[in-house]
Amino acid sequence: MAALDILRRPFFWVIVTATAAFAIVPVTTGDVELREGLVLAAIYIVLASNLNLMIGYAGYVNFGSIVFFGLGGYIGVYLISSLHWHPLAASVAAGVVVSALAMLLGLGILRLRGPYFALATIGVNEAVQAFVSNFTPWGGASGIYISIDSFRSLGGPGPALWVIYFILVAIMGVSLLLAYGIKISKFGLGLLAIGQNEDAAAVLGVPTPLYKAAIYGISAFLPAMAGCFYFFKSAFIQPVDAFDLGLSVEAIVMIMLGGQGTVSGVALGAFFYEELRGWLLTSESFAHFQLVVSGALLLLIVTFAPSGLMGWIHRRWPATRRLLE
Amino acid sequence: MSGLLASIVDGILVGSVYGMAAMGLTLIWGVMDVINLSHGALIVGGMFALYLIAAALGLSAYAILPSAVVIGFGAGVVLYWLAVHRMIGRAPLMSLLSTFAANLVLIGIGTALWGTVLFNVPVSLPGLRLGGYTFPGTHLMAAALTGFVAVVLYLFMQHTRPGKAIRAVAGNRVAAELVGIPTRRVLASAFGLGAALACVSGALIATMFPFTVLSGDAYQLKSFVVTVLGGLGNPAGALLGGVALGLLEGLVTPFMPVSWTSVIEFVLFIIVLVAFPRGLFNFVFRRS
Repeated sequence: MAALDILRRPFFWVIVTATAAFAIVPVTTGDVELREGLVLAAIYIVLASNLNLMIGYAGYVNFGSIVFFGLGGYIGVYLISSLHWHPLAASVAAGVVVSALAMLLGLGILRLRGPYFALATIGVNEAVQAFVSNFTPWGGASGIYISIDSFRSLGGPGPALWVIYFILVAIMGVSLLLAYGIKISKFGLGLLAIGQNEDAAAVLGVPTPLYKAAIYGISAFLPAMAGCFYFFKSAFIQPVDAFDLGLSVEAIVMIMLGGQGTVSGVALGAFFYEELRGWLLTSESFAHFQLVVSGALLLLIVTFAPSGLMGWIHRRWPATRRLLE
Repeated sequence: MSGLLASIVDGILVGSVYGMAAMGLTLIWGVMDVINLSHGALIVGGMFALYLIAAALGLSAYAILPSAVVIGFGAGVVLYWLAVHRMIGRAPLMSLLSTFAANLVLIGIGTALWGTVLFNVPVSLPGLRLGGYTFPGTHLMAAALTGFVAVVLYLFMQHTRPGKAIRAVAGNRVAAELVGIPTRRVLASAFGLGAALACVSGALIATMFPFTVLSGDAYQLKSFVVTVLGGLGNPAGALLGGVALGLLEGLVTPFMPVSWTSVIEFVLFIIVLVAFPRGLFNFVFRRS
C-alpha cells in the first residue's frame, strides 16, 4: 500500500528513533533537569517544524506563528481550569479551534504576497494579544492561574509532569512525521511548487488557494496542542508570554540555522538553538546579551549561510541526503 | 462634544509625528523594497540621543534635534552596509531577517546598558489654551516641526540632485546605473535618510512622552499601520496616514479604555492590508 511506503524510508526510522530516545533517556536516568531541558527542546522542535511547513515548503513567511501556540494555550487552559475538561480533550479541542480559525483567517491574508503577508501575520499576533489582554473572562492582562486540583486527572502534580512530558514528546514525533509525510506526498510537491513559483504552479494546475489555506491551518494544529500542554504545565498563562513575538522570530532563526525546507535540519536547528539559549541565559557574562547573540547569529546565517546547517551537510556529504531529509 | 474635539485635535498633533516616523519607513521601503525591522530601534536611538545629549550639555531639547538627524543618518548608513547591502535583490525574507537581527542586537545592547527603566526628557513649553482645553506646547511644537521637516524633505526630493538621484534609483535601479548614478551610495544615503527621519521622530516623541528601551516596538508597529494606510513609498501618504491614525486614536480614547485602541489599530491594519494593498490613500485619490 502506497501509504506504508514511508516505512521503507530510512529517515522515517531516524525520526522514530530520535523520538524514542527523547522519551526513554530521562526515564532511565531519572534526571528531572534533563527532562525539563528536553521538554523545552521538544516544544521548540514542534514550533519550528510546523512553521517550516509554511516557510520552507510553501514559501510564506509567518512572522507571528506564536499566535497559534498562545491561543491554543489560552483555549486549553480555559477549558481545563474553568470548565474542568480533561487536558487531552482540551488540547485536541484547542488544536481544532485554532486550526479552523487559522484556515478562516488564511482565506483573507493568504492573498498577500511576500513581505505583506509577513506584516499581516505580525498584525494578527498583536491584534490577538491586545484583544486577550482586554478580555476579562480570560483574565485580561493578568492571565489565568491553574489550581493544583486540575492536575488530579493526570495523577497529581508530580506524575502529571511526566505524563505531560511524554505527550509533548509524542506531539514532537508527530510533528516531524507530519512534516516528512507531507514532504514526500503529492500535497507536499504542490506546496514546494508554490514556494518556488506560485504563479507557475497555479498555471500547471496546483490548486494554490486551497493548498495554502490547508497548510496554514495544518501548521496551527500541533503548536496549539503544544501550547495547551506547555501553559498547563506552567500552571499560569498571561498574554505577554503567550504571544511573545520574539519567540516567533526565534523559531525562524531555528529554521534558518538548521536549513529551511528540511525536516532534520529544522529539528537540529531547534535543538541547538535551545541549548545555546539556555546556556546564554544562565551564563554569567552573557545573561543580558542573549538577544544580541541571537541577533548576531541570525545576521551571520542570513548573510553567509542561508541554506543552514543541513544545506552545508548535504553539500559536504551527499550520502546524507536520503538519510537526513 | 468639545472634549471630543479637543481629543481629536490633540490626536492629529501627535499623529503627525507618527507620520514622520512612518515617512522614514516608507522611504526605505519604496526606494529599495526593504522593510526595515530595525525601525523601532532607530526611534529609540533618537529618544536616547536626545536624553543623553540634553543631560550632558544641558541644552534645550529642540536645539539638539539637528544632531539627532546627523546621528540617525550615520547609524542608517552603517546599518545599510552591515545588514542590508547584501540583501538587495534577494528574497524579501532575507532583508526582513537581517534588519530584524540588527534590531535584536541594538535592543539587546540597549537593555544591557539602560535596562527597562522609564526615562523622561523634561521639556517646559507653554501650552495653548483654547475654550477651556490646554493643548500641550510640546505637542504643538512637535507637529510644527514635523510639518517643517516634511516640507524640507519634499524640496530635497524634488529639487536637489541627491534627492532626484534617490527618486531615480527608486524608479529603476538599472536605468539609474546606466546614466551614471552611483546606486550603492545612493541606496546607503536613502537608508540613512530614512533612519534620520526615524531618529528625529523618536526625539520628538521623547519630548512628549516618557519612554523605555522597549518603546520602539510599539512605535514601529504604529509606523507599519501608517505606512500601509498611506501606501508604501509614498511619504505624503505616510504623513496623511499618521494624521489619520492620530485622529482615530483621538476619536476612540474618550470612549474606551486605552488598551482597546491597539486592538482597533491592528484590526484596521489587517483589513487595510487585505482590502487596499496599494494603501488607503492611493485607493481614495486614485493615483497610479
